[in-house]
Amino acid sequence: MAHGLTIEQSPTTGDEEITNYTINFGPQHPAAHGVLRMVMELDGEIVERVDPHVGLLHRGTEKLIEHKTYLQALPYFDRLDYCSPLCQEHSYVLAIEKLLNVEVPIRAQYLRVLFAELTRMSNHFLNIGAHVMDVGAMTPNLWVFELREDCMNFFERASGARMHSAWFRPGGVHQDVPEKLLVDIGEWLDNRVPELFGDAMSLVMDNRIFKQRNVDIAVVSREDAIRWGFSGPMLRAAGVPWDLRKSQPYDVYDRMEFDVPVGTNSDCYDRFMVRVQEVYQSARIIKQCLAEMPSGPIASDDRKVSPPKRGEMKQSMEALIHHFKLYTEGFHVPAGEVYVATESPKGEFGVYLVSDGSNKPYRCKIRPTAFSHLQAMDMMTRGHMLPDATAILGAIDVVFGECDR
Amino acid sequence: MAVVHSAPRFTQIDGLKDRLSAALGHFLVAAKEEHGELLLTVQRDMIEDALRLLRDDHGYQQMMEIAGADYPGRAERFEVVYMLLSLTQNSRIMVKVTASETTPVPTVTTLWPNAGWLEREVFDMYGVVFAGNPDLRRILTDYGFEGHPFRKDFPLTGYVELRYSEEKQRVVYEPVELAQDLRTFDFMSPWEGADYVLPGDEKADVPPVDEPTTTDSPKDTGAGAKTDKEASEKVSEGAPAEETSGKDRTPAPKPTEDREKRPARKGKTKDTPAATQPKKTAAAKSAGAKAKATKTTRAKPKGKE
Repeated sequence: MAHGLTIEQSPTTGDEEITNYTINFGPQHPAAHGVLRMVMELDGEIVERVDPHVGLLHRGTEKLIEHKTYLQALPYFDRLDYCSPLCQEHSYVLAIEKLLNVEVPIRAQYLRVLFAELTRMSNHFLNIGAHVMDVGAMTPNLWVFELREDCMNFFERASGARMHSAWFRPGGVHQDVPEKLLVDIGEWLDNRVPELFGDAMSLVMDNRIFKQRNVDIAVVSREDAIRWGFSGPMLRAAGVPWDLRKSQPYDVYDRMEFDVPVGTNSDCYDRFMVRVQEVYQSARIIKQCLAEMPSGPIASDDRKVSPPKRGEMKQSMEALIHHFKLYTEGFHVPAGEVYVATESPKGEFGVYLVSDGSNKPYRCKIRPTAFSHLQAMDMMTRGHMLPDATAILGAIDVVFGECDR
Repeated sequence: MAVVHSAPRFTQIDGLKDRLSAALGHFLVAAKEEHGELLLTVQRDMIEDALRLLRDDHGYQQMMEIAGADYPGRAERFEVVYMLLSLTQNSRIMVKVTASETTPVPTVTTLWPNAGWLEREVFDMYGVVFAGNPDLRRILTDYGFEGHPFRKDFPLTGYVELRYSEEKQRVVYEPVELAQDLRTFDFMSPWEGADYVLPGDEKADVPPVDEPTTTDSPKDTGAGAKTDKEASEKVSEGAPAEETSGKDRTPAPKPTEDREKRPARKGKTKDTPAATQPKKTAAAKSAGAKAKATKTTRAKPKGKE
């Protein structure tokens, strides 16, 4: 009956050996959080080796800074990690202030802490939302984006810019904030955040799918986390209670009362939960700032560092000269070198500033948070499945503006 | 100097400089404490041993950063700075070595795995070679990039630029072509170390003239103290202030609209011919010229005649 009917054999069936193959993850991949290219060697779906190629967003920021005066270089810091601009300005202005040894008025210190924490919340909102979306959930991301939008509006009301504020200045902050803004931030913290953020997190935290994708993924031991130079939530998730705001307080962080959440398992889920708890701790700090903030000047009265008020300029010749000199020549910073690191939302963000006594930095090395974390990508991903790579990447909280500089 | 800034306050350990200097012994080249930071310069070939000592015996568990820096004036132009952090003592120190293009620095990937990328970055940006680094590729610059961009003698604009070529349907690299000069302004105050000649300053080197011009003395000009009492008396009072009463003032000119109108023109042409008008014949032209002549005489103001 079946004369001449032969079943065609698939060319791959048989005893052919399946060899490892290499894929490119990115540079254009929504889960790569920017321009990350990872050359992955896969055995089936198991990741054997990862070689992240960074630098696709390298703009030579550090070299550009060498050609600008100290004040002109400030906006570059907004553009590094564009999700937490003010926290990076914080490191830079503190480095300058350390070299100058200039005193910052107490209100300015409170304002800086307040807005650094608001930045931390906004950064975590983005990361939490993106992480959740990377592993398959859509709704929480949309909800926390609402909150992020509120943060953006607060930044805009303080500085005029939604993202690239350039609001922290050596010696203080650029402008005082309107009273109503502080009131609104307080109301937002009391009403909107707990409701919206609490709801969004209630969808995720005990969600079975979310846990399946994150628990026990990329477990890094405490020793490894220290050896690989981890910092921030990545280090705290490994159970090391290390927070620069607590251990090496800057501005008025020593007056603030807050807890340092730490993880127990050091997996992606812990990293996520550390960030969730940090949002609540940031809210606590902001409330304390709002309650305790004194009135007074918002920038140093050292006219060789911070410019006079505009009204003063119209009356006083000396003020006019100071203003002119500050915005053309800039101020001179005493020779020396410092390394100043602050707790940015993503970890330790450091600035190594070398001054030769002129009005431009001789060298400004930026210590990005993501560089060390991403380097451990190979160590963390090895032996996991391909889709776990996105969860691991989401839990690192990497932004390439900062990583590639 | 009292510390008034509000930068991160890590623990300042008493006698740390002396203790670490003694511990490092012959590895150490110099130790400096400045701006609240401890800077230890060690011998280049001993960096790995020095850092191992600091990590294992002195509790600097984390290496946060390796920074390169270029000082072209020096014999060994590069500096490689290692930032160490102690989580247990809450302390930071910086350890540095010097290097040149040809002298390799021993790798510290044996101590901290994250040194791998950090050393790659210094190599990429400055061309400092790290001996023993298992994977010393470029990291931040483009694939196939040449040169070390953070060296001080590397121009800010670079040497090549790239664009997408519609013709070749791919990205092409071309030498940098600036539409206008790169604008670098030097706002340094000329009184504080500007290293260019200010306009006019070139005259400063011209030898002085034989007879310098001086300001005239009072006796030459008659200025200064009066010679006697009579001379010192006032000769006349100053001119009185001009008295003005509103009536004397000349009135403001009349508005131009109220001026008398010119008498209407006589003759055929109401106005001079427009430039775009077609050329007339010779006869018509002469007639037109006549009319013009009559017009000009008529236009003269009567008073002047």
